[in-house]
Amino acid sequence: MSTEARSARRAHQFGRLFIYGSLIALAIFYLMPLWVMIVTSLKSLDEIYSGSFIGLPQAITFEAWEKAWGQACIGTACDGLRPYFVNSLLMVIPAVALSTAIGAINGYILTKWRFPGANFVFGLMLFGCFLPFQAVILPMAQLLGSLRLSGTIPGLVLVHTVYGISFTTLFFRNYFITIPDELTRAAQIDGAGFFRIFFSVMLPAALPIIVVSCIWQFTQIWNDFLFGVSFTAGQSSPITVALNNIVNVTMGRKQYNVDMAAAMIAAIPTLVVYIVAGRYFVRGLTAGAVKG
Amino acid sequence: MSTLEIDRVRKAYGNLEVLKEVSISIGTGDFLVLLGPSGCGKSTLLNMIAGLETVTGGEIRIAGRTVNDLSPKDRDIAMVFQSYALYPTMTVRQNIEFGMKIRKVAQADRDKAVKTASDLLQITHLLDRKPSQLSGGQRQRVAMGRAIVREPKLFLFDEPLSNLDAKLRVDMRTEIKRLHARLGTTIVYVTHDQIEAMTLATRVAVMKDGVVQQLDEPQAVYDRPANVYVARFVGSPAMNIVPALLEADGTAVIEIARRPAARIGGIALSADALRRYAGKKVLVGIRPENFSIASTGSTAPSLTIDFDVVEPTGPDTLAVFQLGGVEVTARLPPRQAHAGREAGLAVDTSKIVLFDSETETRID
Repeated sequence: MSTEARSARRAHQFGRLFIYGSLIALAIFYLMPLWVMIVTSLKSLDEIYSGSFIGLPQAITFEAWEKAWGQACIGTACDGLRPYFVNSLLMVIPAVALSTAIGAINGYILTKWRFPGANFVFGLMLFGCFLPFQAVILPMAQLLGSLRLSGTIPGLVLVHTVYGISFTTLFFRNYFITIPDELTRAAQIDGAGFFRIFFSVMLPAALPIIVVSCIWQFTQIWNDFLFGVSFTAGQSSPITVALNNIVNVTMGRKQYNVDMAAAMIAAIPTLVVYIVAGRYFVRGLTAGAVKG
Repeated sequence: MSTLEIDRVRKAYGNLEVLKEVSISIGTGDFLVLLGPSGCGKSTLLNMIAGLETVTGGEIRIAGRTVNDLSPKDRDIAMVFQSYALYPTMTVRQNIEFGMKIRKVAQADRDKAVKTASDLLQITHLLDRKPSQLSGGQRQRVAMGRAIVREPKLFLFDEPLSNLDAKLRVDMRTEIKRLHARLGTTIVYVTHDQIEAMTLATRVAVMKDGVVQQLDEPQAVYDRPANVYVARFVGSPAMNIVPALLEADGTAVIEIARRPAARIGGIALSADALRRYAGKKVLVGIRPENFSIASTGSTAPSLTIDFDVVEPTGPDTLAVFQLGGVEVTARLPPRQAHAGREAGLAVDTSKIVLFDSETETRID
């Protein structure tokens, strides 16, 4: 082997080393908070106050998790996060289902049943994606008030559904535009009507984008704090608001282990959704980009 | 009975007129090919027959019934699309059955129809596959199967072969012709490929800019093109169109560079046309195969030229030369033409067509 080839190989190895080294370092950096949260939530309060944050727990205990789930005090009630977790589920499931369904119909109409001004309507809907949360809080509060939905979970479902339509319409419209129009025409000649084509031809082909839409909406709605804190109070709050209350309102020593466990509980559903359906997420996002 | 009448049909998008008073009428069992380049309005016309596009003016009648305002499903038609348009999430069987399911055909009848169609198209072994697992030719068959089970009055084909490779295209062409012979259904078929039009059609409508240039049997379109456009579009290599001067006795005189002009007499022409065009410039249309190497002692009119380029294709040789100031192609038997050589060529005058040099329409 010539020295030239050898030095080229060495340079290549060094490059690899550098790439892997940086990636590992960055991964550690990003995983650090998660690590701290997990180990802290598994420690007793005494151990936290006497030792370091980062080290492994000397004695693993799930006390903090139990407390965060069932006993932690939020306001005057000491029922833990459980009722609020249920609140969040009652909010997120209908809101995700509704916004995805409406987005699918919108996308279908905007691509396969084009009407004069369809692009303009789509443009307006896109505009909704860039509308900051803060801008809609006051008018939304008025609307909820006149609908008598103030401070209720159905009210929150309505807010999230309306806010999500922009995004879901964007997803479905961009997906359906890649499905050839001839398919709709063939179905029309076969005698299928508007909804028959939607349910029998378009939706089955849209599975990847349905998954994308659901994951996106689920994380957005589950993690939302601003709408939750603005439009609900007390017992009807979603988990993000409850978590805030646990962490910010404490008497005596700050219970870091309970705080961390509560934060983990609040984060687990979105993590699970990503782990279960993440494969489809990437596939769905790139489906339109690659032909065939 | 399944006739199709297109009666002064127009189509406009705003001020843009894509079809101008198109009238076509075909009988039961006819195979109509709408032939033209992209943008000539042929696909628009097909979609109007199918009911996928609205009719701006005129009437479309299928089997004597006006269908202008009927939805596609009520027109008793079936359509095969260029991209096949198979439902991607359904199996082949479900694809073929879909229309029947919507029309609430009983399961037993559906099974029978699927079996008949799949036997006919030899796709029985593919029934449980998804479209993505099929080759182009197989998808094409499935699309035809979906159309056949409909038992329509009218089959519509929208460039069905243009997504296939050359070899398969020829095979499927034969297949479609066989299918037409077997089923005897009236067919409207859109293509830009003149060979498909020639081989398949019983009637060809050559279209350009939303106007039907000629509607006739394929051989008549080939032999007696209505104008220069049709003459150039149908046939490959295209018909040679050469400027000439028509003498009073009906002899066409064609200039040849650096040689005596060619005098081609004996062209069939009515007395009236002869009177009108005597002494005027005309365009002479000669098919490449109507040239032959002149034999000594022959009475056929002949001309002496120099071959420019010679392209052997196997069965015959295409020889290019200059005539009347334009490039002309002759189809000759192999090994008879040599580039750069002088040659005497005979012309079959009975096949010659004359066109008006201004309007470019045929002179009879």
